[in-house]
Amino acid sequence: MTEPVAASGIASLAWLLLALPAFGAAVLLVGGKRTDKWGHLLGCATILGAFGYGLALFFSTVGIENPEQRVQNLHLFDWVHINALTVDFGLRLDPLSLTFVLLITGVGSLIHIYSIGYMAHEEGRRKFFAYLNLFVAAMLLLVLGNGFVTLYFGWEGVGLASYLLIGWYQYKPEAASAAKKAFLMNRVGDLGLAIAIFLMFNRLGTTQYTEVFSRVKEFSSAEILAITLLLLLGACGKSGQFPLQAWLPDAMAGPTPVSALIHAATMVTAGVYLIARSHPIYDLSADGRLVVMIIGGVTLLIGCIIGCAYDDFKKVLAYSTVSQIGYMILAVGLGPVGYALGIMHLLTHGFFKAGLFLGAGSVMHGMNDEGNIRRMGGLAKYLPITFVTWTLGYLALIGIPPFAGYFSKDAIIAAAFTGEGWRGYVFGGVALLGAGLTAFYMTRLLILVFLGQPRWKELKSDDGREYHPHESPLTMTIPMIILAVGSVGGGWFLSSGGRLSGWLEPSLGELKEEHGVLSHGMVGILTVVLAVLGAAIAFLLFGRGTQPVERPERVSFPVRAARADLYGNALNEALFARPGTWLTRALVFLDLKGVDGLVNGTAALLGGSSGRLRRLQTGFVRSYALSMLLGSIFVLGALLVVRFS
Amino acid sequence: MTWVLIALLVVPLVGALVVTFLRKDDSKAKLVALAFSLVELVLAVLLWTAYKPGGDRIQLAAGVDWIAAFGVRLSFGIDGIALVMIAVIALLIPLVIGAGWTEKLPAGRSQGGYLALILVQEAVTVAVFAATDVFLFYVLFEVMLIPMYFLIGGYGGARRQYAAVKFFLYSFLGGLIMLASAIGAYAMASDELGKGTFDWATLVKVVSDADATTQTWLFLGFFLAFAIKAPLVPFHTWLPDAAAEAPIGVTVIVVGILDKVGTFGMLRYLLPMFPTASKNLAPLVLVLAVAGVLYGSLLATGQRDMKRFLAYVSIAHFGFIALGIFSFTSQAGVGSVSYMLNHSISTGMLILVIGMVIARGGSSQISDYGGMSKVAPLLAGMLLISGLTTLSLPGTNSFVSEFLVLIGSFPTQPVYTILATVGMVLAALYVLWLYQRMMTGPLRGDALVSAAAGPGAVGDPEKKTAIGDLSKREIAVLAPLVAIVLALGFFPQPVLDVITPTVGATLTEVGVTDPVSVQEGK
Repeated sequence: MTEPVAASGIASLAWLLLALPAFGAAVLLVGGKRTDKWGHLLGCATILGAFGYGLALFFSTVGIENPEQRVQNLHLFDWVHINALTVDFGLRLDPLSLTFVLLITGVGSLIHIYSIGYMAHEEGRRKFFAYLNLFVAAMLLLVLGNGFVTLYFGWEGVGLASYLLIGWYQYKPEAASAAKKAFLMNRVGDLGLAIAIFLMFNRLGTTQYTEVFSRVKEFSSAEILAITLLLLLGACGKSGQFPLQAWLPDAMAGPTPVSALIHAATMVTAGVYLIARSHPIYDLSADGRLVVMIIGGVTLLIGCIIGCAYDDFKKVLAYSTVSQIGYMILAVGLGPVGYALGIMHLLTHGFFKAGLFLGAGSVMHGMNDEGNIRRMGGLAKYLPITFVTWTLGYLALIGIPPFAGYFSKDAIIAAAFTGEGWRGYVFGGVALLGAGLTAFYMTRLLILVFLGQPRWKELKSDDGREYHPHESPLTMTIPMIILAVGSVGGGWFLSSGGRLSGWLEPSLGELKEEHGVLSHGMVGILTVVLAVLGAAIAFLLFGRGTQPVERPERVSFPVRAARADLYGNALNEALFARPGTWLTRALVFLDLKGVDGLVNGTAALLGGSSGRLRRLQTGFVRSYALSMLLGSIFVLGALLVVRFS
Repeated sequence: MTWVLIALLVVPLVGALVVTFLRKDDSKAKLVALAFSLVELVLAVLLWTAYKPGGDRIQLAAGVDWIAAFGVRLSFGIDGIALVMIAVIALLIPLVIGAGWTEKLPAGRSQGGYLALILVQEAVTVAVFAATDVFLFYVLFEVMLIPMYFLIGGYGGARRQYAAVKFFLYSFLGGLIMLASAIGAYAMASDELGKGTFDWATLVKVVSDADATTQTWLFLGFFLAFAIKAPLVPFHTWLPDAAAEAPIGVTVIVVGILDKVGTFGMLRYLLPMFPTASKNLAPLVLVLAVAGVLYGSLLATGQRDMKRFLAYVSIAHFGFIALGIFSFTSQAGVGSVSYMLNHSISTGMLILVIGMVIARGGSSQISDYGGMSKVAPLLAGMLLISGLTTLSLPGTNSFVSEFLVLIGSFPTQPVYTILATVGMVLAALYVLWLYQRMMTGPLRGDALVSAAAGPGAVGDPEKKTAIGDLSKREIAVLAPLVAIVLALGFFPQPVLDVITPTVGATLTEVGVTDPVSVQEGK
């Protein structure tokens, strides 16, 4: 465990990272309509400023020769201090948090710029930028905070921003519902995080990373297991992992830049960050990590299976995100052989998935906001830049070398084969299967949107307009191009020579290499073969590009189950929503008739007769009130006389 | 600086007297009442600066003999807990007056009469928190009901008489039982000292040594009064009726301030006077507390009336406060006191915002509204902010208190704490669901649409409607609250510094020490 040193030099200005976007958000929210003209520019400028500062900080940290010195602590103020409890509101500047800073502000800048064009026709665009800024500030606090409580601040802060942005089109009931659902399911996860924090304080008297991690041995093994599982619950909520995955696809009701930034590249990966950050705790509990791996494995399959069945462009991508985060969770669940791999996949995924979403947004922007891929087809020649950048992201996601996803996913799959005995085969097998399925559903998406027959020509969108697909403006295509460059070269860049894992060592410890039940080379070949196979099957099934515009309803059970989110929502409904509603109704009745009835009944009894009570309620009450007071003084006097005479 | 405390008691009474003479002139009455309430606010700030955290247990004390034969004195003084409560009253009253500026009173009622009662209520409530004589406390505890009785009964909604009588009888009954206990304590003191007294500090010394049985009986007498006032489940049913029938400003006072007397009483009277009984009976209180959190939250979800919704939200919050008090750790105790403060601010704000909604739509039924954010985005934003502080989002004031109560209670009461933590999820549910129903979706709902476009009309979001967004006056009322919500959310320590020594002293009086000590952990 590397002990932090006090931040100095340029690092002592790190509060700027939070202050810049927070300032932008505050000006835009307080300024209101007055900022309409330039609000979006201020929003972009603050994020670009934060990115610029983040780069400077990054290079100054890289310039520190001794890696031990690369973990810095910046104390800002004591948030709360009551006897044994001190919560230090400060920032931890180390390779892990700085990596996130660059991802958040870098991708954040691109998406801010993209939003200028995407939201150009939107009333109240400045408010959108205010919320985006708020999100960036909260997300930076989440990754930079130097303790679990500061993390919790950011954790719920991004939840708020996500709530506001999912509900952006709040006049649409489904958007409002999706926003509330996201916040609620996140809060269920937050419950775990909160109780984990209580456990830490109870045993150690602190919640700061440095102390908790250096004294982690003082926990009993039961406490360690409890904390790993509780933190995992938090991670599941934020990262859309089983069993709290249902909110993420609904969250696609938000504008597409939001889906790209929050619900693909950054916020939803916070769970992976949490587990990687807490690795000294997870290191101690193989059982805890096994549960993490199971959750990751289950989720990655769920995401793939449902992704195959959906017809909504963004929802397919959303389930793809669920599934890819499953890979990351699986990776960090592997322990020291996987922490850095999880972060690497998180970074490459941040690039290519953001690019895929922005591409989806570009398509929908040119197609009257149509999201149904059955109403698309043959769009490649109408949106050439979008098509090329999207395809590069697609190749990265399905893991074709030398694109980014190959390096990061292949490494995770190889590591998944390392566990003892059955574990290696099961988790490795699941991860491999997922790679094949991913190639299948993504290829289906590619074909239905960009290739084949233009099925939209005879159709009109819901608002009665004809489709006139067109390429998006430069503010939108340039961010897509930049992200595509990352999707091509990012994986090789990060992995060659252990560049990323070496850089992260002061935060995550050394990346252990173990030999799995299958050799790394073998896994690499198998991954590519399965990806090609998945893509080939999709080409065989959908390659002619003549899908019916209406989705066929007479389909096999697996397809029906996948279309129904594998009954995740139905289960939530049956287990929580409906019993909750009934319980609430029963309690309202009980409260009115039971508890209050008893009270009124007693009052009537005390009043001697109900007739007298009725009189009380209809008149003469003021005199009665006064007489009560006089009476009480009389009673008091009488009591005193009796007692002391 | 003792004069500040006395002035705090006198100024609102003088104001009430002046305003009474202005019953013919509503606008002048409002200005004068506002001026007096602002003077009170300035005095409260002075009081804050005069108080020395970590100094004497009771500060700025002053008193004269009242009923010498029984050793009853008119004595006042404050500790850190009383200070924050007095400060928050002084803060809320001007806002209540400002928010009700254009409110229509029932026929035949004047602003002068209404505002005089509000100011009397303010004076009496300050006095309740400042009293350091147990008998005086009892008298004020009951007197406090009188202006409130007239405020609900005289200015409230359709069932106001029912609600007012219920409120009065319920609280009054609790008070009488407390009186019996107080007399019991007096008797013990007179046996032991040879001379009766109701002085708080003396009674603490005498009664806290009593045997467990005596303490238990005396404890129960006080506890019942406080449990009704707070209110804890199942003594809560007066609150929804009172909150629903009272005019909105009075709802702020009932829900935001008056019920704090209950939890204040637990801290000031139950714990120091009956330490043994407090410890023995803690499981009982904790069960009621956690039941309150869950029961109040679920009932809040099921309400159709906004004002009743507010009452049940508060019942849930009082569960958290009681949990913190009876977990006997300094973090939880400070959490509870700051919860009392923050609940006044955030729930006060929520009530004021809902009052502004009702002022537009003329109905307090949730189903009468929908899609308002389209026509009144600022109002919607304010409802959201007050809702977020109600659900204790980090960065708002309430998070500090809820976090402290829970993290402080966990070491001594892990099971109750975990159960109460579930309340966090339910809070998100009832707040966001309310917001969703009222503010999002297409413009809909009878009250809103008819107010906007005439009866029977279907709302058209594009059309200019009669429902306006917040006025300058309403912004002026809410803006300070938003600022305080955020300031106390990020920088709570100055307030906690005032509370911590008093809570520490209270726990010493109970005879407990924190399970988690400095540096070492447990």
